[in-house]
Amino acid sequence: MKRTKGVASGLIAIVLSAVVFLVPFAFIVLTASKTRGEAALREFSLPSEWAIWENFLAVVQARDYMLLAAFVNSTILTVASIVLMVVLAAMVGYVMQRRPNRWTPLANALVLAGLIIPPAVVPTIWVLQGLGLFRTLPGLVLIEVAYGLSFCVLLFRAFVATIPREVDEAAVIDGAGPVRLFFQVILPLLRSVIWTVVIVQAVAVFNDFQNPLYFLPGDDHATVQLTLYNFRSQYTTQWNLLFMDILLITVPPLIMYAFFNRQIVAGLTSGAVKG
Amino acid sequence: MTTTALSAPRERRRDPRRHYPMWFYLPAAAVYGVLFIVPTVASLYFAFTRWNLSGAEFIGFENFALFFREPYLFQGLVNTLIYGALTSGLKVVLGLLLGVFLTSQIIARGYLRSVVFFPVLVSTVGIGVTFAVLMDPSDGLINRALAVIGVDGPGWLTDPNLALVSVALVDVWKGVGLATLIYIAGIVAIPQEYFEAAKVDGASSCQNLRFVILPLLWPATSTVIVLSLIGGLRSFDLIWTMTQGGPGFTSDVVASVIFKQYQAGFWGLSSAGNVVLFLLVSAVMVPLYWLMGRKEVER
Repeated sequence: MKRTKGVASGLIAIVLSAVVFLVPFAFIVLTASKTRGEAALREFSLPSEWAIWENFLAVVQARDYMLLAAFVNSTILTVASIVLMVVLAAMVGYVMQRRPNRWTPLANALVLAGLIIPPAVVPTIWVLQGLGLFRTLPGLVLIEVAYGLSFCVLLFRAFVATIPREVDEAAVIDGAGPVRLFFQVILPLLRSVIWTVVIVQAVAVFNDFQNPLYFLPGDDHATVQLTLYNFRSQYTTQWNLLFMDILLITVPPLIMYAFFNRQIVAGLTSGAVKG
Repeated sequence: MTTTALSAPRERRRDPRRHYPMWFYLPAAAVYGVLFIVPTVASLYFAFTRWNLSGAEFIGFENFALFFREPYLFQGLVNTLIYGALTSGLKVVLGLLLGVFLTSQIIARGYLRSVVFFPVLVSTVGIGVTFAVLMDPSDGLINRALAVIGVDGPGWLTDPNLALVSVALVDVWKGVGLATLIYIAGIVAIPQEYFEAAKVDGASSCQNLRFVILPLLWPATSTVIVLSLIGGLRSFDLIWTMTQGGPGFTSDVVASVIFKQYQAGFWGLSSAGNVVLFLLVSAVMVPLYWLMGRKEVER
């Protein structure tokens, strides 16, 4: 009885989920594989003639291989900001947990502020211009680091608490200084939480649209999300190419999900149980 | 005597000042301070100025007065609250129902969990552009499907009364997977004894949900509310790619107003928008934290 109920509601759920969640993605894939004329109808149907490879080439070659350049930019942005975020946030989380003193409440308050306060856009541009970093990739990297630090520090601090202090003491007896203690002993022990941070932030930075729009405008260093936004005004009549672009930009996070879904789930739900 | 001799070096080894140097804070503090704290503090000054290419001139509360006087700015303020409340409310309700459903004994549970979750990871711009096409009033997929069953679909993004709600629905579609995931983690962590005890007492599944699951899931609920409110009140990407605040300014939120004023060169007004958004988020979050803290104690 219970079993059949589970099967029946499961089947209904499969159909519903397919309509609600899979149809929009099927629509992207199908439109991306149609010829220009057919895609213009914007129907949910199988293409009569598959043009997926032609569309792929056309999108990649458009505007002098701009999409490839954008993928390179987005990759540099994502990798650089995540490396910095992990190292800087791990250092802070580690000292915050190991050495509570009168500065710790201030650090805590700043971490919370970083989670809640919406960044002030124009003054940030003003500061970046003063530093000569406005409209540069390094500038955007530092912005992503600054905005992502709070979340990472919270995760690292919670995880460092689970590493026994005896580990530190053993390393100190063996003659490790503070830098070696952290980079050669503690950091390797943080491996699992580092993966979580890397994956959650990689998806966030790669998909970020607002910050590149403000701090890295123009075509020179456009990220993939910006090219998609720009392509939209350019391809109003070439729906097949627009959707091919969406498809290509959607793929990297989904690949990450396929490989790392355990870490993603762990990262996103941390704190949900304890509150 | 011997004890002090033994404990002295041990004390030194344990002395945190030696092994956990404060300069570990420095690199992070430099980046965070220069690119987050300084602009945030500066915005508190620039919000009171008329600031454009020719410089900043102090004008007192004029920018804030504008925000409450001009309908195209005030609408953004109201819309932000509507958008935040709508998305976070729907995410709590749908996320809870999906979470309960996806932890029950059903077939294809793993598949269903993945399907509900994966839009969370997909580019917001991509989803915005796709749904803008799907929601097209005449030849969008949604209205064509409605036409098949004889319903005359509305102009989802072109109707001034509906545009904001439509964008909020897409936001929920994209974000409900995260809420579901948080609820699933919370439900799985509930010890089985509670359900067994409820069963012995003869609780129905509705009573189970109301009196067992819901109270024990309070931490998960508060996480979902906090995350979705912070995200919803600051939301920009989806609104900008789907409607750009239109038609007119009926789906503008504070974040899109900030961008529009920045583009138009009214930097002071844009900064004032930031301060308004900051105050709005604090005005919502501080009482919420307080309320949640109280609820925690009552439990």
